[in-house]
Amino acid sequence: MRYGRAPEVLQDISFELTPGSFHFLTGPSGAGKSSLLKLIYLARRPSRGRVSLFGRDALEVSRRDMPALRRRIGVVFQEYRLLDHVSVFDNAALPLRLAGRKASSYQGDVAELLTWVGLGRRFNALPPTLAGGEKQRLAIARAVVGRPDLLLADEPTGNIDQQMGLRILRLLIELNRLGTTVLVASHDQELVARSGMPVFELDQGRLSLRGAGA
Amino acid sequence: MRKRPDDAAAPRWRPAPLLPRDPAQDVLLVFVAGVLCFFACIAVICALAAGRAAGGWTAQLKDSATVLVRPTADESPDAAAERAAAALGGVRGVAEARVLEKEKAQALVEPWLGPAALAPDLPLPRMVTVQFEARAPAPTAAQLSAALKAGGVDGVVDDHRRWIGDIVRAGDMARGAAVGAAVLIALAAAAVIAFATRAGLAARHEIIEVLHLSGAEDRTIIGLFQNRLAELAALAGALGGAAAALVAAMARLMGGTDGLTPVLPVAWSDLLAVLACPLIAAAVAALAARITAARLIGGLP
Repeated sequence: MRYGRAPEVLQDISFELTPGSFHFLTGPSGAGKSSLLKLIYLARRPSRGRVSLFGRDALEVSRRDMPALRRRIGVVFQEYRLLDHVSVFDNAALPLRLAGRKASSYQGDVAELLTWVGLGRRFNALPPTLAGGEKQRLAIARAVVGRPDLLLADEPTGNIDQQMGLRILRLLIELNRLGTTVLVASHDQELVARSGMPVFELDQGRLSLRGAGA
Repeated sequence: MRKRPDDAAAPRWRPAPLLPRDPAQDVLLVFVAGVLCFFACIAVICALAAGRAAGGWTAQLKDSATVLVRPTADESPDAAAERAAAALGGVRGVAEARVLEKEKAQALVEPWLGPAALAPDLPLPRMVTVQFEARAPAPTAAQLSAALKAGGVDGVVDDHRRWIGDIVRAGDMARGAAVGAAVLIALAAAAVIAFATRAGLAARHEIIEVLHLSGAEDRTIIGLFQNRLAELAALAGALGGAAAALVAAMARLMGGTDGLTPVLPVAWSDLLAVLACPLIAAAVAALAARITAARLIGGLP
């Protein structure tokens, strides 16, 4: 994968996330972690090679079918990418709303999830008024609210304290136990080590796998 | 039902609009579109009034004919005109054939000769005006000429056909110009909406991308822009239409029964045309926004 005419960011990478697996993705800054995630959550197209999602070649999925495919993927963006003009509650409920569900059918679930991530008192707050950690927790809530088949998280614990980081990790593990495949890009080596999950290590555009359960 | 911890703070949650409002830009757009709607409504009202004026004049001319009587050497002009009126009065479809009074004949030529030249002994051509029955087929010029000939009167029949043709053409042109202006204004409004959609998409690029990556269908995102701009255009149409109706009503009130001028007689019923303005404005805006947004969103991965 390359951006414009720049050199390739990722080269000759081939890996598979088996359904129900949990992996971390680590590597130095600029190694291509975010680019790899972008390929998986279909924000970028590979300049060569192919990405297969849920048994389908992503390049061959029609534009009409793409939204349904994207709804099976939850994404925690590194820069949060929250909708600043709507409330915490609206942000968290976004994937369910876009899936066409009625507000009454998910209102309780969203409230419960927000409370669980510590935003129970901030339902009506607008994202610009939230602290960095609160934004991050909201981004995580939005990514997991639809119980996606695949969860991609780009530095989900980067701006939150260790205690909340562990809590978020427990949430991700819980989600994984319920069947969601999880891939977490993280710099937090302590968190990675504590989880005991297998790790994809990305360095200079190349990928290697280490750890148990690989 | 599960109880939310802050139910007291937000007892009834309703999904918020996914597109942020931009009051400053919205006001500007409503103003520009409103001005365009105003001119479009004025153009349509002018088209209706021009059609009515042309129709009125045509009806007046169609219902009558004028006969120029040429007296013979052994007969006075007045006697010849009387005989012509009698002959024409018997034709089927003629309600009345009347000799034009000498004063009226003088008034007709006065603009060309001037009052000083109108000496009492000036020989003026005598004319007969023929009024047709409203509910019967009007007689043709040939039938009137035949009646004159049968009555032994020499005369030239003018059934106003040439004038009617000119008036119909002038009326059609005025209507066509007004409708053309309204269409051009609608296209200008569509261009303004397309520009606003483009600007809106550019300004909200981040939001669009998040919606897109969160699984929003293209039609959902397009619908957000389409509905918002249609809503603003409907408001602009209502305001512009109301302003145009006000101006047309003033023109009607100031000019009495004929409107501001007999050339453009505005009727109260013409004002009803503005009722369609919000709907048409909304439809044009929805279409323009839809096409523009679809084209731009189609470029997303």
